[in-house]
Amino acid sequence: MNVQTLGPNAAAVTTTPQNLYIVRLSLLEIRVVLLLHSFVFGLCPGPTQKMNLFQSVTSALDNTLASDPTAVIFGEDVAFGGVFRCTVGLRDKYGKDRVFNTPLCEQGIVGFGIGLAVAGATAIAEIQFADYIFPAFDQIVNEAAKYRYRSGNLFDCGNLTIRAPWGCVGHGALYHSQSPEAFFAHCPGIKIVIPRSPVQAKGLLLSCIIDKNPCIFFEPKILYRAAVEQVPMESYQIPLSQAEVLQEGSDITLLAWGTQVHVMREVAAMAQEKLGVSCEVIDLRTIQPWDIETVCKSVVKTGRLLVSHEAPVTGGFAAEISSTVQEECFLNLEAPITRVCGYDTPFPHIFEPFYIPDKWKCFDAVKRMINY
Amino acid sequence: MSSFTWDYCAKSACARSKCVFIGVKCILRTIVTGLYGFHVKFCTIHSWAARSSLADWSLLGVRLLRRPRPLPPCARALSPPLQQQPFDSLAEKPQFPGASAEFVDHLEFIQPNVISGIPVYRVMDRQGQIINPSEDPQLPKEMVLNFYQKMTLLNTMDRILYESQRQGRISFYMTNYGEEGTHVGSAAALDPEDLVFGQYREAGVLMFRGFPLDLFMAQCYANVDDLGKGRQMPVHYGSKDLNFVTISSPLATQIPQAAGAAYAIKRENTNRVVICYFGEGAASEGDAHAGFNFAATLECPLIFFCRNNGYAISTPTDEQYRGDGIAARGPGYGMLSIRVDGNDVFAVYNATKEARRRAIAENQPFLIEAMTYRIGHHSTSDDSSAYRSVDEVNYWDKQDHPISRLRHYMTARGWWGEEEERAWRKQSRKLVMEAFERAEKRQKPHPDLLFSDVYLEMPPSLEKQKESMWRHLQQYREHYPLDHYEK
Repeated sequence: MNVQTLGPNAAAVTTTPQNLYIVRLSLLEIRVVLLLHSFVFGLCPGPTQKMNLFQSVTSALDNTLASDPTAVIFGEDVAFGGVFRCTVGLRDKYGKDRVFNTPLCEQGIVGFGIGLAVAGATAIAEIQFADYIFPAFDQIVNEAAKYRYRSGNLFDCGNLTIRAPWGCVGHGALYHSQSPEAFFAHCPGIKIVIPRSPVQAKGLLLSCIIDKNPCIFFEPKILYRAAVEQVPMESYQIPLSQAEVLQEGSDITLLAWGTQVHVMREVAAMAQEKLGVSCEVIDLRTIQPWDIETVCKSVVKTGRLLVSHEAPVTGGFAAEISSTVQEECFLNLEAPITRVCGYDTPFPHIFEPFYIPDKWKCFDAVKRMINY
Repeated sequence: MSSFTWDYCAKSACARSKCVFIGVKCILRTIVTGLYGFHVKFCTIHSWAARSSLADWSLLGVRLLRRPRPLPPCARALSPPLQQQPFDSLAEKPQFPGASAEFVDHLEFIQPNVISGIPVYRVMDRQGQIINPSEDPQLPKEMVLNFYQKMTLLNTMDRILYESQRQGRISFYMTNYGEEGTHVGSAAALDPEDLVFGQYREAGVLMFRGFPLDLFMAQCYANVDDLGKGRQMPVHYGSKDLNFVTISSPLATQIPQAAGAAYAIKRENTNRVVICYFGEGAASEGDAHAGFNFAATLECPLIFFCRNNGYAISTPTDEQYRGDGIAARGPGYGMLSIRVDGNDVFAVYNATKEARRRAIAENQPFLIEAMTYRIGHHSTSDDSSAYRSVDEVNYWDKQDHPISRLRHYMTARGWWGEEEERAWRKQSRKLVMEAFERAEKRQKPHPDLLFSDVYLEMPPSLEKQKESMWRHLQQYREHYPLDHYEK
C-alpha cells in the first residue's frame, strides 16, 4: 500500500486512523493515498481523477443530478456546499430548485424527503451529522421503512436516500462521533450502507440512489479529506448487500466496515509479521441487508471471527453478526466470536484514544483467539 | 416590478458585484414599496412580512409584486455584500437579517388574540339558509345531491361497520360522524389528480373520489381483495388510482411528507395541488411544525386542512393548545390561513377551491382550519361518555350537523323531500349491507404476503425465514387458522 503524506509539515508517516488521532492532536494534516484503482468490478471505464471522499460524494451527486431530472438534494447548509463540502458547486450547476437549504429540522428533512420520493422524485437528503438523525427516527422507522409494506406496494419511498457523516473524527466527542447503524439495522425495510474509501463511496452511493428502497448512507467523516484515490468521473455502481474480501487468509476472519476496515488491514499486517497469522479481511459495506453468505463462507474456512466497530459493544451490529454466524457455523468455530468495539459509554472527548477499538486492541484479540 | 432570483456564486468577487447590483435593485424596490405606503423593508423578508399580515392585503386590495416571495436564504449568508449596501445610518431602521420591522421605544408584549380570535367563515346558517348570496357557490343540483348522497352513504357505512366491530367481525373501526362535511366539501373542490395525504378520519374524501364500498370493506376485513394486502388495521385505506396515499397510524407524519410531495409536483408543472388532512391534536406534533415551516420556506403548492373537532381522544382543545387554534399559527409561518365552519359544506368547498387555485398559481401553502365536532367516539376502543356529556354530543347531532344543514338547503329548493329521503336511506343501506355480506365471505390473503414488499426484492434472509415458517406450519398446522387464508 503506497502511503504518501501531503501536508504542510510533509512528514512521512505510515498512517492509520489511530496515528491520525495522534497526528490530529498534534494538528498535522495527513493524506492517505490508497492504491490506484482503475477498475471496480470490471465496470468502471473511463477517465479517473484524484478525489478525496467528499469529492467522490460530490461526483456521485453530480452524476445523479445530470442524469436524473427529478433528483434534488436538500438539507441544512447544502446550498453553499455543505459543512463537509460534499455539495460544492452543485447549486450553481443545477439550480436553486434542485440543491437547496431546508430549515433546521431533521424530522422535517426526512419527512419532506419521503414525500418527494412518494411523488416520484429522486430525493437525496443530507443530515448534517449522524448524531442528529434521531429526530428523524420516527419518519425513518415508522414511515420510510414501512411505506411499501403497509400500502400493499401501492406507494413506496424507494427514491429516498439519506446521507450523513458518521463515525469518530479525533475530537468529535458525544455528538460528532456517533455510529448509529445498529439502531436502524433493527428496522426491516431500509438499507444501510457504509463505504471505506472514495471509490467505494461513489459506487455505493450511486447504488443507494438508484436502489428502489429507502437507503441510509453513512460517510466516515474522518476519511472525507484523509482518504484520496483515483476515482472514475463517470457513473458506476457497486452492488449493495455484497461484502468484499479485501485480503484472503486462512487463520482468522477480520470483519469491519467504514474506517475500521483500515484498522483491520493494519492488524492483519501486524498479525502476519508478529504472529505469523494469516488473516482474511472483509469489508461488510452493506449493514442491512448484510451479506451473510460471504461472511459465513469465510468463517467456515478460518474457524475464527473478529468483528470490530466504534459503536458501543452492547446491541451493536457485531452482536447480530456474532449471533447469526454462531448459528450457521457453530461446528466450524475454533474460538468464540470476539467483538472489539467501543465501550458502553457515550463517545468521550478527551478519552477518545482509550475508547476507540484501535489496532492494539484488535491485535490483542487476534492473539487471544489464536491461542484459545 | 418582477421578482428576481439570487443565484449563489462561490467566487467572492462575482458575489460582491452581483450583490451590489442586487443591492441597488433592493433599494429601488424599497423606495417603490415606500411610495405605496408600506414600511421600508429589506428585500429578504418584506414580502413575507406583508403576507403574514392579512390586513395589509385587504387594505391595498392589490398585490404590488407579481410573485411576492422572499429571496432564497443563501442571500442572507453573504454577509459582506449586505454590509456593503449603502443605508442611511441616520434613519435608524433595523438592519437585522432575521427581521426588520420598525423599532419601538416602549415595552409592550403582544397580546395573543384568543378572546375574539380568527372569525369562522360560513355560507349557510345552522338551518341551511344562505347568509350572503354572493358566497353561495350555486352548484348544480346533481352536484349538491351527490354531496348529500356521499355524506349519507359514509354515515350508513360507518354505522354498519361500527356494529360489525361490536359483533367481533372486524377488529377495529373509526367513524366519521359529524365530519362528513369537511370530507365532501374539500374533496369536491379538488381535481381527481390532486394528491391526498390523510390522517385517519377522512374516509369521505376517498368515498367522494369513488372508492367502492367493496374495497372499504375489504380493507376493514383484511380480506383477499384488500389493496393493502391485509397488513394494516381497519380504516387504513389507500388508493393509487384515486391519488389517496395509504393512511398510517403515527400522527402528523404525513404533514412534512405532503410538503415534499408538493415540492415534487411543483417541479413537474402539472397544475396539481397536494392536500394534507390532520386533526387539531396532531397539529401539536413536531412533524406539524416541521411541515408548515418547510411548505412555507420551500414554496410548496399545498393545502393544509385541519379538522378541529374538539377532541383528541379524550383531550379537549383547551388542553391541546392555549393559542387561538390552528389557524392562528399560519401567519407565524408566513402562510395564508382561514378558519371555516366545517359543518357547512359550501364554506369548506369555497375555501378549498380558492386555496387550491392560489396554491397552484402562487406556489405557496394555505392553511384551512375547519371547525367541526366529533360526534362519535374516537374509535371502537373508546367510550366518550367517560369524558363528555351526552347533552353536548346531542347538540351537535341535532342542531348543527353537516348532513341536516345540506338537507335543509336542498329541501328549500325542492330538490329533496321525504320520499327521496326514505328511498335513498333504503338504497344506501342495501348497498352497504350487500358489500358487507360479500366481504364477510371472502378469504384472507395468502400468508406469503406476510413476507413480501418489505423491500422491493426479497432478501435471502427473509426467504429463509418464510421457508422456516412454512416448515413450522406443516408440522403444527392444526394450531393455526390456515383454512381462512388463501391457499
